[in-house]
Amino acid sequence: MKILLVDDSRTMRNIWKKVISSIDGSEAVEAGDGNEGLAAIEKSGPFDLMLIDWNMPNMDGLSMVKKVRETDKSTAIIMVTTEAEKPRIIEAIKAGVNNYVVKPFTPDTLKDKIDETMKKVGAAS
Amino acid sequence: MPDESKGINPKLITAFVSSTRNVLSMMVGVESEIGKPALKTESKPCYDVSGIVGFSGEVAGSVVISFHEEAALSIVEAFCGERIEVDNPDFADAIGELSNMIAGNAKKDFGLEASIGIPSVIIGPEHTLARLSDVPCIAIPCSSEVGNFSVEVNIKQVSKVTV
Ligand SMILES: [Mg+2]
Repeated sequence: MKILLVDDSRTMRNIWKKVISSIDGSEAVEAGDGNEGLAAIEKSGPFDLMLIDWNMPNMDGLSMVKKVRETDKSTAIIMVTTEAEKPRIIEAIKAGVNNYVVKPFTPDTLKDKIDETMKKVGAAS
Repeated sequence: MPDESKGINPKLITAFVSSTRNVLSMMVGVESEIGKPALKTESKPCYDVSGIVGFSGEVAGSVVISFHEEAALSIVEAFCGERIEVDNPDFADAIGELSNMIAGNAKKDFGLEASIGIPSVIIGPEHTLARLSDVPCIAIPCSSEVGNFSVEVNIKQVSKVTV
């Protein structure tokens, strides 16, 4: 499973990497903002899953999700962010995310959300 | 109508108390004891490692999470899973992300439309920070098994701009 990790914090990307290392055959590509994320899709895509932070410099996660969804309706996207207000979550879902994880989270929560998302997306295709 | 020009909404302080405990407990496994919030007039943060996050929207200002260096080192080590020295760029990254989570988590309890900025981190024993002068800074003293830190809230509620 090829996974794109987009967060401006390297520490956070490392935590995500630890969580996905338990997934068989997972391979991670990292990006530090939305622009880098889109460039990574061009260069190393397609991906099976994208974990995208919201608050990032240059291009935020919501803008990146909207850009991705202009052409790609199927890749699983999970937003992992400190943005926890209902209207924000609704905004992200409208933009096309498949699931949402609020920071702070436990590794188990993130892993469960990934499993749940891949099951949902797999069943739909 | 609350008086928006003076004072600080106690709800904002409560939000930071619970988000700080929550983030450090869940991401770092550190339980913190929260002391009595007090007015702060000095422009120097309480300690030597500071993560700063700005707010905009229906609130303006910033929050500073200021750590005693020893506490910061232990917290970063627990967060990253390895010892990281202060001069390593990953140290500031980790403090910035923890500050981002504390600010973002507090924001959801404001009951207001607010956005947070990208965190910045300042390291050094004598650094000073510019603050909003028309709103008091409230320092929330925190202690934990790994050392002391403080959450310094300098934000005010502002009227919604209607276009
Ligand atoms: Mg971020």
